[in-house]
Amino acid sequence: MKHLLLALSTCLLALPGHADTVSVAVAANFTAPMQKITAAFEQETGHRVILAFGSTGRFYAQIKNGAPFEVFLAADDETPAKLEQEGLSIKGSRFTYAVGQLVLWSPQAGMVDAQGQVLKTGRFNKIALADPKLAPYGLAALETMTRLGVQESLRPQWVLGENIAQTYQFISTGNAQLGFVALSQVLNDSRMAQGSAWVIPEQLHTPIRQDALLLRKGQNQPAALTLLQYLQSEKARNIIRASGYKI
Amino acid sequence: MDHETLQAIWLTLQLATATTLVLLTVATPLAWWLSQTQSPWRAPVGALVTLPLVLPPSVLGFYLLVVMGPQGPLGQMTQALGWGVLSFSFTGLLIGSVIFSLPFAVQPLQHAFEALGPRPMEVAATLRASPLDAFFSVALPQAQSGLITAAILSFAHTVGEFGVVLMIGGNIPGQTRVVSTQIYGHVEAMEYTQAHWLAGGMVLFSFAVLMGLALLKNRHSRVWP
Repeated sequence: MKHLLLALSTCLLALPGHADTVSVAVAANFTAPMQKITAAFEQETGHRVILAFGSTGRFYAQIKNGAPFEVFLAADDETPAKLEQEGLSIKGSRFTYAVGQLVLWSPQAGMVDAQGQVLKTGRFNKIALADPKLAPYGLAALETMTRLGVQESLRPQWVLGENIAQTYQFISTGNAQLGFVALSQVLNDSRMAQGSAWVIPEQLHTPIRQDALLLRKGQNQPAALTLLQYLQSEKARNIIRASGYKI
Repeated sequence: MDHETLQAIWLTLQLATATTLVLLTVATPLAWWLSQTQSPWRAPVGALVTLPLVLPPSVLGFYLLVVMGPQGPLGQMTQALGWGVLSFSFTGLLIGSVIFSLPFAVQPLQHAFEALGPRPMEVAATLRASPLDAFFSVALPQAQSGLITAAILSFAHTVGEFGVVLMIGGNIPGQTRVVSTQIYGHVEAMEYTQAHWLAGGMVLFSFAVLMGLALLKNRHSRVWP
């Protein structure tokens, strides 16, 4: 059986045209900009890109256990560094493709002020953040609250999203009146979609660096390398900036 | 085992116990009605009860979040009653679990009641037992195996619940962080050793429950062939 599978996969790999398809694992927070970048990339190069969106920790587990991804766009810089150390990626392929911006957001107008004073008053039912243990945006939110000296006073009002997308859902459905999410989530065509927000100043938390890298499975995949180069092009960077990231 | 893990296990057991008790109370009359009625409502109600079996937990969890939220109908009601919003609370999880495991309680009971046939109740009626009396002293004891199956399955299914809890729980330690979400957290945080301990325990627990259920069924079928 094992031999059969091996033979079958060798056949598949040898098929012409396969080299033009790239499988990419993308951090959930980067979904919207990546779809735009991919569309432009496919049009310009004729390559096909298959995108899988999910959490960085889960992708790590899957890649370690043989998932067929060739490129990985993580939500942090630690996981890619770890993959590199463990020899699961091509050395030297790692780079920061976007720096995330944290925002305190509420769908209610006037709820969040421009200085974030609302955190000191605590006049809200719940405050949502991504689990600091799991999500870099959650960790940044924790650091911000610590820096502002409100971590302990607000703790009873915390609700933790498993990732940044779920955190957004808690807030947008009104179950938590406000919370920390990614700027990219509340921007719609570079403008605030609704509600009130405070973009957290950079000095209040460690930068949320999101790194990309070429995985071992993409070693002999020219299209994978082309995609990584395209991510660093000015055209892609403009899309990334317009989506609420710095680069 | 660290404090958070013990907390998660304790909370899971509390949630499963509470869910089982509520479910047996709710599901018994519901299953009885479904097994006896000729009403045109039988089919739609039966379908509604079975719905959580086929719906992905993400759908159920998402709608619960919306319905329990401050703008949702249930949320508006609980707020008017002064209970606040139920999402991210034990009560909220309990409501979610009861809905999620409803078919696991109703179906074994309904099958057990249907298997009785009309005879026992007719005999009880000729002996002048009131319908309620007949139900408690004839139907329910005879449907005992269905009742036990319903209880075990509700309990086990609640312990194994994940998607709904994740959506409406908010993962608060000691309040809404149960074993399944704790395992998920360990995996996502790449703490595989802790994940293995809990996950392995979960496999053993589930196996023991199903094995116990199978042995129980064997015994019952020998007593009542």
